[in-house]
Amino acid sequence: MKYQSQKVAMPYFVAALALFVVQILFGLIIGAQYVIGDFLFPEIPFNIARMVHTNTLIVWLLMGFMGAAYYLIPEEAETELHSPLLAIVTFWVFLVAAGLTIAGYLLLPYARLAELTGNQYWPTMGREFLEQPTITKIGIVVVVLAFLYNLGMTILKGRKTVVGIVLMLGLIGLAVFFLFAFYNPVNLVKDKFWWWWTVHLWVEGVWELILGAMLAFILIKTTGVDREIVEKWLYVIIALALITGIIGTGHHYYWIGTPTYWLWWGSIFSALEPLPFFLMAVFAFQMINKRRRNHPNKVAMLWALGCAVMAFLGAGVWGFMHTLAPVNYYTHGSQITAAHGHLAFYGAYVMINLAIISYAVPIMRGREANGAKAQRVEMWGFWLMAIGMILITLLLTAAGVLQVYLQRYTDAPMSFMVVQDKIALFYWLRLYSGLMFFVGLLFYLYSFFIPGETKASDMEPVKRISEADSTPATANA
Amino acid sequence: MSQAFTKEVARNIFYGGTAFFFLLFLALTFDTHLELPKRDNRQVLDPSTELGQKIAAGKMLWEENNCLGCHTLLGEGAYYAPELGNVYVRYNNSTMGIMAFIKSRPKDGIPGRRSMPQFNFTDEELEAIAEFLKYVSGIDTNDWPPNIQG
Repeated sequence: MKYQSQKVAMPYFVAALALFVVQILFGLIIGAQYVIGDFLFPEIPFNIARMVHTNTLIVWLLMGFMGAAYYLIPEEAETELHSPLLAIVTFWVFLVAAGLTIAGYLLLPYARLAELTGNQYWPTMGREFLEQPTITKIGIVVVVLAFLYNLGMTILKGRKTVVGIVLMLGLIGLAVFFLFAFYNPVNLVKDKFWWWWTVHLWVEGVWELILGAMLAFILIKTTGVDREIVEKWLYVIIALALITGIIGTGHHYYWIGTPTYWLWWGSIFSALEPLPFFLMAVFAFQMINKRRRNHPNKVAMLWALGCAVMAFLGAGVWGFMHTLAPVNYYTHGSQITAAHGHLAFYGAYVMINLAIISYAVPIMRGREANGAKAQRVEMWGFWLMAIGMILITLLLTAAGVLQVYLQRYTDAPMSFMVVQDKIALFYWLRLYSGLMFFVGLLFYLYSFFIPGETKASDMEPVKRISEADSTPATANA
Repeated sequence: MSQAFTKEVARNIFYGGTAFFFLLFLALTFDTHLELPKRDNRQVLDPSTELGQKIAAGKMLWEENNCLGCHTLLGEGAYYAPELGNVYVRYNNSTMGIMAFIKSRPKDGIPGRRSMPQFNFTDEELEAIAEFLKYVSGIDTNDWPPNIQG
């Protein structure tokens, strides 16, 4: 750790992981409710448990991004953070607001929460992922503004690197597009149209800038590859992400009342959306192949590489699978959507957060990297979670294909609930895969409690096999 | 990547490409809002009419009870319970059928099975929700869903 103030990232990472555990526990609850319909009914109905599952995901990813930014920006800007105190104050405001909101979900009927928080004066609740009371949304805006101010002031007085600027652009975009969460007209088509300006332009827009910057930072630090090369890749990746992703919003405008020409705009541009993810995977492999050093934190590199691969599979391949309008006509709002959502979020945004946590936390605790045993346990966590999530995705895909066929494609379509019963086997297997994922998470968390350190001096120097590979490393040779 | 393709070129593609496609997206957004009156069934939403007020109240109830936490509406939401964008048509173009279903849900659920909670809505509230769902079924969705089952 080069600057003392980077340490404010620590509480953000701890809270992120705690909320991650809550997210997975509620994921297991709703996974069980899919097959045991009256599980915890009526105490915790499915809609409440699902809201906890998705909202804790969003909050912990934001916590992770914030922690990552507080760690990364001072190091990139080569200066102490503008105000570490403000960072800690906003952390507690954010955590308490998130905690109260989730407690409100669980302890009160949702309609009562809406009434208590004055939803009728400015109705924004009850829309997917944006279920938070309006006052919580205002709190999020305040926290994010303080966060952007703090980072902005830090960057202004320090070195302006491409990684720092791209991260800031992504975070500013995150703040700007969240504002559409406050617009909720009675006209459902307009409501849905603008709702996607937050949801799509976050996850298939500005969040990709955040992801790209975090990945570039980790690769620069762990591989020692020249910054110029990494930054050029970063620009190409985020250029493709936004060029395809902005108009790619159109793949959500097929069936919600918007004009028919979106079938074309959405299909063409979103068919190109896998490209930036493909490049991101190539980028990660190339940088690691061209590495000038063997970093002692092997598991952080595994997370970075895994993130690039799984993001390509989840966002790229599984996204492409159902993005063309003629396919989406049948798959829209089915378990195919759920399959894609799980692998894309896990691969892109969960794994990049786990990667930066894996890289930065040992350093903040005064180690170059965790000891061999801790890294081995963490790798078990990596593989159990990765395989668990791939199984969840494959099983939901199988469930989705059957659902689409039985309910929408065959000559004698069956009703929703009849079909759900017929595909219950896949939901059972998905639940077991979820348990496997949870065990992986426990391994991951346990690895933090294993003492020991690996130092850079313990590592072998990079050996070059072919002449071509050795060119970038000649300086070190 | 080759020497001619420098970091500056990549940067310019990023800023230029983003600006161009965002402006194009804004233009399409503008055009979409010009087209919407023909498609979005807004004539029933007039807030000066009783029906318009009912639908607005229905949408509010829809949101404040987090219906989207289980159901999809025009394919968006959760996938735990049936699609409701066409429920009015599925119930033989009847708001009464929708109201009766919501009203009849058992308080303690159904053993071993998924069941919608009992929300204890008043008749007026039930009617508002049903009118909201009827309004949604009148939106031109490019013929989605593929059939009555949603």
